[in-house]
Amino acid sequence: MTSKSLLGALLATTVLATPVLAADKQHPTTGEALAHDQTFTYRVLDEQSSVDPQVVEDVSGSEIVRDLFEGLMNQDADGNLIPGVATGYTTNAEKTVYTFTLRKNAKWSNGDPVTANDFVYAWRRATDPELASPYSWFMEIMSIQNVSEILAGEMPTSELGVRAVDDYTFEVTLSAALPYFAQMTTHATTFPTPQATVEKYGKEWTRPENIVSNGAYVLTEHLPNERSVRERNTMYWNNDATIVDKVVALVINDENVAFTRFQAGELDRTEIPSGQYPRLSEEMPDKVLVAPRLCSYYYNVNLTETGNPALQDVRVRQALSLALDRDIITQNVTAGGQIPAYTFTPGATAGFEVPDSEAAGMTQAERDAKAMALMAEAGYGKDNPLDLSLVYNTSEGHKKIAIAASQMWKQKLGVNVELSNQEWQVFLQTRSNAEYEVARAGWCGDYNEASTFLDLVQSGSGYNDSKYNNPEVDALLAEAKTMDDPTANYTAVEAIIERDVPIIPIYHYTINYMMDTDLGGWPVNNVEQNWYSRDLYKIAE
Amino acid sequence: MISYIIRRLLIAIPTIFILIVASWALMKVAPGGPFASERPIPPVILANLEARYGLDQPEWKQLWDYFYNIVVHFDFGPSFKFKDRDVNDIIAQGFPISLTYGFLSFLAASIVGIGLGVTAAIRHNSWVDYSAVSAGIAAQALPNFIMGPILILIFTLYLGWLPGGGWNGGQWQYLIMPVIALSTSFMGSISRIMRSSMLEVLNSNFIRTARAKGLPERTIIWRHAMKPAMLPVVSYLGPVFVAVLTGSVFVDMYFSTGGLGQAYVNSALQRDYSVLLGVTILYGTLTVTVNLITDLAYAWFDPKIRF
Repeated sequence: MTSKSLLGALLATTVLATPVLAADKQHPTTGEALAHDQTFTYRVLDEQSSVDPQVVEDVSGSEIVRDLFEGLMNQDADGNLIPGVATGYTTNAEKTVYTFTLRKNAKWSNGDPVTANDFVYAWRRATDPELASPYSWFMEIMSIQNVSEILAGEMPTSELGVRAVDDYTFEVTLSAALPYFAQMTTHATTFPTPQATVEKYGKEWTRPENIVSNGAYVLTEHLPNERSVRERNTMYWNNDATIVDKVVALVINDENVAFTRFQAGELDRTEIPSGQYPRLSEEMPDKVLVAPRLCSYYYNVNLTETGNPALQDVRVRQALSLALDRDIITQNVTAGGQIPAYTFTPGATAGFEVPDSEAAGMTQAERDAKAMALMAEAGYGKDNPLDLSLVYNTSEGHKKIAIAASQMWKQKLGVNVELSNQEWQVFLQTRSNAEYEVARAGWCGDYNEASTFLDLVQSGSGYNDSKYNNPEVDALLAEAKTMDDPTANYTAVEAIIERDVPIIPIYHYTINYMMDTDLGGWPVNNVEQNWYSRDLYKIAE
Repeated sequence: MISYIIRRLLIAIPTIFILIVASWALMKVAPGGPFASERPIPPVILANLEARYGLDQPEWKQLWDYFYNIVVHFDFGPSFKFKDRDVNDIIAQGFPISLTYGFLSFLAASIVGIGLGVTAAIRHNSWVDYSAVSAGIAAQALPNFIMGPILILIFTLYLGWLPGGGWNGGQWQYLIMPVIALSTSFMGSISRIMRSSMLEVLNSNFIRTARAKGLPERTIIWRHAMKPAMLPVVSYLGPVFVAVLTGSVFVDMYFSTGGLGQAYVNSALQRDYSVLLGVTILYGTLTVTVNLITDLAYAWFDPKIRF
């Protein structure tokens, strides 16, 4: 054999051998062949506020934090609770004391063990007025003992109802039983933080060169407004099960540019640009991913005397709600697979049963007829038209919906609607000061339970922008807090909302992703969209 | 000359002071605040946040502390939105990026614009002139927010030559599209100003004299016509220089360059007071400085101007 053909033979072997080697790696459960390059690249709209678990307040920041840190409990692909740093928990009979057992093999990325003291430190830190975490309200709704006093500066953080019984036992005392407490420990605010690192570097501890974390990934690069990169944490207790080696989040403000870059193969995931869903679901159905989310789009009706006096009449409110053709709005206006809403709480919420809504069961023609009858009864009609103003925060999408809604009200009920838009911050002020008649609103659940929505119609809630005040609703919701199964109460509250119409639900949001077909393991059925990069994998093409 | 420069610099100090106070007032008058959100923060927590960032102090005290920290510590305060970072960090990270592609765009716009304008003027009423004028108008009609998506479509999606965005420490592949997008419309304006001013100069008496003396055309253009013809262009270039740096928000948006333009606009929308003020001061100082340089450049181009 000449040297030339030897070289050729060697080359041939290499070429042949490579795919064989790559094909060796298979997904342990699905058996799919895994790609050689396990890098997941996705688009984020804006730079994250922080990657400090107790400071982060935005969705894209929380996504990164969920990869970098691990809390007591995690969620699986369906949103069910599974062990995280804690292997499990027990409660006392009154369900006011939770005792979490921590796994002994959990480590920080510097090799130190993760102990109950790390959680005690982090939870106290989250409530510390000195840190002034914008999410400290989350600790408050977790009903941990003394949390309100600590936030008000009346007690030191050491009085918080958390305790390290020993290095691997973490105990939480609640001021009142809370049925969904354990679910709340999957939230970023409750993740542990490394005390030594935080104290050494101050607020610069989250820089890639300083950060120490206990999740499946470590932060290796952060270029603000450009990208952040996280890579496999070899110290993570379950590192062997992690498949994706590297996760890159690219900040791309413009959704159309992001989509172009997705098409050019630079991204594995991006959002479907608004209005493009119908076309893209025809052209590339295998890359379009639509699934329900825990978010609702609705209109607030101002029920105070600063609002429109006509809106004090429940018949008018009912008529306005009935006359809105949600099918037209979701199919022709938003056109992104959204789900028409007749309840405030999305049907996808865990443990929530959609009540037998009268309106949902009718055809739109029936709804319109009823709306016209109600309006006539209330004394309004084409001869005596109702004048109404509708305000929304400046955005093309909200504008389109407002125009559609005003046309429906005009044509069916003869209502003259004056539309106005306001810049976001101005709008927030207008709405919370109740200086409007009807205002656009949106809400996403903080945890997967109906109270995260229904608390908004409680009279004392700071988010109750309609200023709705119904003692019956308040009582049902207060009772639900301590019930084993509050489903019936939530259903009852929804029925009252449909009758009283303090808000007009329009649609439930969906996630609208363009997702590369070689990305596997996306938790489509997790309605909170709490995804963990360690559950994802890239399939060989 | 020196005394003129000193005088101008002394005027700059009260100018920037007024700018800060005016921006401060406008910012505080605007509804909302850095901690307002869809999910209003409970009053107790809001009070903690305001205390942490000194917003619970009276306005005069806040303004005084702000000036004190700048003058004594050169500290522009913490960002209210990006809680792990200071305004100094944000400027230190974003400004070099904006400066890099802004300066390159400025160079590209000036060199190509002036070149096009001069060529068109020399070959007045020929096809060269007409095509240069058409190119100039076309370029002017293509602002950067139109150019951005078009360039990405062509070079990233159809041709696959260039990455669709990012900065990567300013490697050349990442610079090309931002520079083209940002410089095109300025290039168009510069070429049109240059062309008309060159035409005017070429028709003036001293150029006729130079021609009558039998000087070669090259010498006439470069030694005699160029300097006076540059005057209107120079007065335009000053604002352009500031504009390529401040107007870069679209470049940052479309190309994810991470420059300061985007940070600036976002800070205004999110009421991130300290970032907004810090960048305003930076841009204000830059404008004052560039204006001074432009005025000094006048004297060099036109000996009739004396300070």
